[in-house]
Amino acid sequence: MSNYAYILWIPLLPLATFLVLGLFGRKYFKTFSGTIGTASLLASAVLSIVAAYQYFFVDGKVNGVYEKIIAFKYTWLAFSPNVSIDMGIIIDPISVMMLVVVTFVSLMVHLFSLGYMKGEERFATYYAFLSLFTFSMLGLVLSSNIFQVYVFWELVGVSSFLLIGYYFDKPSAVAASKKAFIVTRFADLGFLIGILLLGFYAGTLDIGILIQKLTNAASPEFTGMATASFLGVSALTWALTLVFMGGAGKSAMFPLHIWLPDAMEGPTPVSALIHAATMVVAGVYLVARLFPVFSMDASALNVVMYTGAFSALLAAVIACTQTDIKRVLAYSTMSQIGYMMFALGVSKYGGENGLGYMASMFHLFTHAFFKSLLFLGAGAVIHMVHSNEMGDMGGLRKLMPITHIAFLIACLAIAGIPPFAGFFSKEEILTAAFHSNKMIYGVALFTSALTAFYMFRLYYSIFWAKEAHVHDHHGEGTLTMKLPLIILAICAVGAGLVPFSSLITSDGAALETHVDMIFSIAPVTLAVIAILIATAFYKTQNDKPAKAAAAFGGLYRAAQHKFYMDELYIFITKKIIFPLIGQPIAWVDRNIVDGFMNLLANTTAKISALIKGFQSGKVQNYALYFFGGVAALAVVFIYLWK
Amino acid sequence: MLADFFILLKQELVVTAIIFLLLFIKLGKDRSNETLLGIINLLLFLNFASGFCCSQDGMLFNDMFHTNPLIVLEKNILNLAIWLISLQSYSWLKTHKHVIEFYLLLLSTLLGMFFMISSGNLLMFYLGLEMSTIPLAAAANFDLTKRKSSEAAMKLIISSAFSSALLLFGISLLFGTTGTLVLTELPAHLSANPLQIFAFILVLSGFAFKISAVPFHLWTADVYEGAPVAVTAYLSVVSKAAVLFVFVSVLYNAFKPLADVWYNMLFILSLATIIIGNLFAIRQDNFKRFLAFSSIAQVGFILLGISGSSQTGTASVIYFILIYVFSNLAAFGVISLVSAVKGKENISDYKAFYTTNPLLSWVITIALFSLAGVPPTAGFFGKFFLLTAGAAKGNYWWIGIAALNMVVSFYYYLRVVKAIFMDSNEQPIEKISIPNYSKLALIICVAGIIITGLASCVYDYIYSLSSGL
Repeated sequence: MSNYAYILWIPLLPLATFLVLGLFGRKYFKTFSGTIGTASLLASAVLSIVAAYQYFFVDGKVNGVYEKIIAFKYTWLAFSPNVSIDMGIIIDPISVMMLVVVTFVSLMVHLFSLGYMKGEERFATYYAFLSLFTFSMLGLVLSSNIFQVYVFWELVGVSSFLLIGYYFDKPSAVAASKKAFIVTRFADLGFLIGILLLGFYAGTLDIGILIQKLTNAASPEFTGMATASFLGVSALTWALTLVFMGGAGKSAMFPLHIWLPDAMEGPTPVSALIHAATMVVAGVYLVARLFPVFSMDASALNVVMYTGAFSALLAAVIACTQTDIKRVLAYSTMSQIGYMMFALGVSKYGGENGLGYMASMFHLFTHAFFKSLLFLGAGAVIHMVHSNEMGDMGGLRKLMPITHIAFLIACLAIAGIPPFAGFFSKEEILTAAFHSNKMIYGVALFTSALTAFYMFRLYYSIFWAKEAHVHDHHGEGTLTMKLPLIILAICAVGAGLVPFSSLITSDGAALETHVDMIFSIAPVTLAVIAILIATAFYKTQNDKPAKAAAAFGGLYRAAQHKFYMDELYIFITKKIIFPLIGQPIAWVDRNIVDGFMNLLANTTAKISALIKGFQSGKVQNYALYFFGGVAALAVVFIYLWK
Repeated sequence: MLADFFILLKQELVVTAIIFLLLFIKLGKDRSNETLLGIINLLLFLNFASGFCCSQDGMLFNDMFHTNPLIVLEKNILNLAIWLISLQSYSWLKTHKHVIEFYLLLLSTLLGMFFMISSGNLLMFYLGLEMSTIPLAAAANFDLTKRKSSEAAMKLIISSAFSSALLLFGISLLFGTTGTLVLTELPAHLSANPLQIFAFILVLSGFAFKISAVPFHLWTADVYEGAPVAVTAYLSVVSKAAVLFVFVSVLYNAFKPLADVWYNMLFILSLATIIIGNLFAIRQDNFKRFLAFSSIAQVGFILLGISGSSQTGTASVIYFILIYVFSNLAAFGVISLVSAVKGKENISDYKAFYTTNPLLSWVITIALFSLAGVPPTAGFFGKFFLLTAGAAKGNYWWIGIAALNMVVSFYYYLRVVKAIFMDSNEQPIEKISIPNYSKLALIICVAGIIITGLASCVYDYIYSLSSGL
C-alpha cells in the first residue's frame, strides 16, 4: 500500500528548486536558473506520470473500486487525540489526475518561459516564484487534512500574488496583484470559517474521517450538523457554502470573479499556469474533494450549481465584447470553470447519478490542456506584436504558422467540435445537466454557442482580418517556445480519448457512459453556426460587428463594461461601506479605541517611571525588598488565605 | 555495579574530567588563546555529544543522587547552552589573559548544577546550588579592568548569600517539622500547617531569587549589566534553566501536599513577575539590561506553565527552556560580538544596524521574534504550550493577563527591531566580520529557533520523557 512514498518527491523537488533559486539564483546561476527549474519539474512530471500509471493501472483498484490511499502522514500539531493538523499525502483518482495536470502544465510553462522571459532582469526570481507556486499547488492537491489544504491554499494565494505582481514597477500590475490577493483573501475567510465549522461538528480535520462521519446519515456528527441551524439554515449548509465561498474566490466565480481579468497583468506564461490549469480550478477541486459531503446537502449543491451556471453565462457574454486577447481568455476561463462547477452541482454521489462529477473532472482535465495552449499561444502572439489589443494584430497566420495551427486546434477544442478534447467533456456535462435540470441545460447550451462565437472572433482577429503590419524581427520564437505549443496541441486533440469514466468517478467504481449521438447534435450544430457567424463577422474587416453591436445597444455596452461589476464594487465600498460603516468605525477607532490605548500606554509609562525607584542599585535595599516579599507571602498565605 | 556507577554519573564525570584536563593544560606550557579556545570548544562539544549515549534510571549515594532520561536530557540542554556560549565568547576571550580560569569557574558551576538537578535530598540540593553560584560571582568579575564588573560580582555574592541564608532557614524548619530531608519522604510528613507553609515560603524565595521572580529579582539587572556578556548569557540561560528544572520536580513531587498553597503563590509571583518585568523592559536602553528584564518576564510565563502541574506542564516548561536557550543565546551572540568588537551595548547604538550588518540584523530579529512569541518561530509554540498547560487549571484571569502582557512585550521587542531596520543613524555600527565559532553558534541558534517549533517530534519526545515526573 505504502509503496507510493516517492510521491513525496513530487512537491519537494519544486520546493528545493525554490529554495535554491530564491537564495542563490540571482548571484550564482542567473542564466541557468531556468534550466534548473525546468529540469527539476521534468523530474516531478515524470514521477507524477509514473504514479498515475501505478495507481490507475497497477494497484490502485481493489475489487473494481479505486481506493483512497494515505501515502504519507505526519502529525504536525495535535490538539486532542482526534483533532490534529497533519501533513499527509492522499492518493485517489482526482489527486493523481491533478498531479499529472499540474506538473505537466507547469512543465510546459517552464519550458515556454525559457524563451519568453529570456533577458529579464529577475529571471532567477521568476523561476523561483514559479517553483514556489508549483510546490504550493501540488501540496494543495495532495493534502489529506483539510487544514493542510488551507495552509497550501494560502501559499498558492501568496505565490500567485508574487507572480501576478512580477512586473512590480508597473503600477497596474501591482494594483492587479493586490486586487487578486484581497478578493481571494476575503473569500478565504469564508473558507476558514467553513473549515472550523466542519472541524467543530465532525470532531476531526482529517478529510477521510470527515467524509466518513458526515456521509453517514445516522452518525451523531451528521445529525448534529444537519439539525443545528443558524438563520434558518443548517450548520452543514452553512459550512459547505462557506467552504464553497473560498473555492469560488480562487475559481473566480460570480461575484468574486473581478480579480481574474486584472490578473492578466502578470507575465503571459504565468497566466497559462495559474489562470488556466491550476489555481483557478482549485475551487472545483475543493468541491470535488469534499463532494461526498456536498452530496448529502441539496441546498449547498444548489448554490454550487446556480453560481456555476450564472458565472458561465455571464463570463461568456462579457468575453464576446472584450478587445484585449488575454481578457477574452480570462473570461472564457471563468466561463469554463462555471461549467465544471455546475456539473458538480447537478451531480449526485455514486453510480449513474455521479455522471456530473465525472464530467466535471473530465472537463477540468481537458480544459487544462487547451486553455494553457490558448494562453501560451497568446503569449507567443504578444511576444511578436508587443501588444494585447486585438486591433494591433491580424493576418499573423503566415508569420506564425505553428502558433496558428495550435491556436486553431485549441479553439476547436474549446468550442466543442468533435473529435477534439473539449467535445467529449462538454458532451458529458451537457448530458448530466439534461438529466437533472432542464433550465441549466438550456443555459449551458447557449453558453457553449457563445463560447464558439467569441473564441473564433478572437481567432480571426488575430490570424486573419487584415494584412500583417508587424515587422518580423525574431521569427516565431525559440524552439522552447514552439515545443510546448506542439505538445499541448497534441494533448488538446487526444485528451478526450482518455477513458475517463472508468478512471475517475465519484465513488471510484467504473461508470458506463455512452455518448449519445442525439445529444451531440444540438450543441455541435449550435457551435458550428456560431463559428460561421464569427467567420462572417471577423474573417475580413467589415462593418457587420459594429452593426451587431449597435443592434444590441445597451446589452453590448453593459457587457463591454463587464456589466459594471467593478463599478458596483467601487460604489459599494466607496459610497456605502466607507461613509456609512468605515467612517463611524474610524471615529470610534480614533477617539475611543486610540484614546483607550493611549491611556493604557500613558499609564504603563507612568507606572514604569514610578517603580523605577525600586531599582536603586543599592544591595541593602534589594535585600529589604526580598525580605518584604517573603514577609508579604507569609502574611497572605498563613493568615489571609484559607 | 561499578558500570552502573559510571553510567549514572557519566555527565558529572565528563565535566570533572574536563576540569582536570584544563588544570593540567594550565600547569603545562603556555599556549596561545586561539589553540586553547579551539581545544575547549571541542571538549565542550564532546561533553554535549556524550550526553546522548546510554542513560538509565538509578540512585546513588544513599539516594542523595538520582537520575533518569529526563534529567539526562535537562543536563544536556545545559551542556548545549554552555557550548554555544563558549563559541560566542570567542572574540571576547581570545585577548583575555585568563581563559582557562574562566572555564574552570563556569564548569565548576555546571557541575554544581548537575548535582542540584540530580539531588534526592534537600541538603544535596543546597550543596549543588551553592556550588553553582559562588564561582559565578567570580566569573562576573572577569572584566578585570571594569568597575561595573566588580560591582556586579559583589552584588551577586551578597544577594545570594542573603537568599541562601533564608533558604537554609527554610530547610532547617522543614527538617524540624518533618524529620527528613529526603525529597521522596517529604510528602508523607507535610501538612499545610502554618510553620510548614512558612518554611516552604523560605525555600520558595530561594528558588525565586535564582530564577529572578519578582520581588526577588532586583539583583538581576545590575548584575547582568555589569558582568561580561558571556557571564550574563550564562546567568540568564544556564543558571536559570537549571534551577527551573529542579523547581518543577520539587514542586510536583516533594511539595505535592502543599499544591493548593504553591498554586496560589505561583499565581501571585507569576503575574507580578510578568507585569514588573515588562514595565521595566520598556524603559531600558542598555541591551543587556533590556534582555535581563525581558527574561524576567519570560520566567513569569514559565511559572504559569508550571502551575499546570501535569505531564503537559513539565513538558512545556522544558520545551520552552530549550527554545529560550536558542532564542536568548542568538540575541546574546550578536550582542557579545558587537560588544567585544565595538564596545557598544546600547539599543540606540543599534540604529540602522541593518544598513551595515544585514546578516546579524536578521539573526537578532529572528531571536527577538521568537522571544516575543511571533509565529512561526519556536517561541510562539513554546508560549502556546505554556499557556495550554496553565489553562488546564481553568484560571482564565491568569491566562488573560499573561496574554495581554504578551502584547506589551511585542512593543518593546519590536522597538528594537524598528531601531535596527527603520531608524536612521549617521554613524551606524560598522560592518563586523564574524569569527567562525560565532557563526557556527548563531547558525545553530537560528536553526534551533526554526526547527524546534516546526518539528513536533521535539515536543513529543520531551513529553514522552516527562511522564516519570
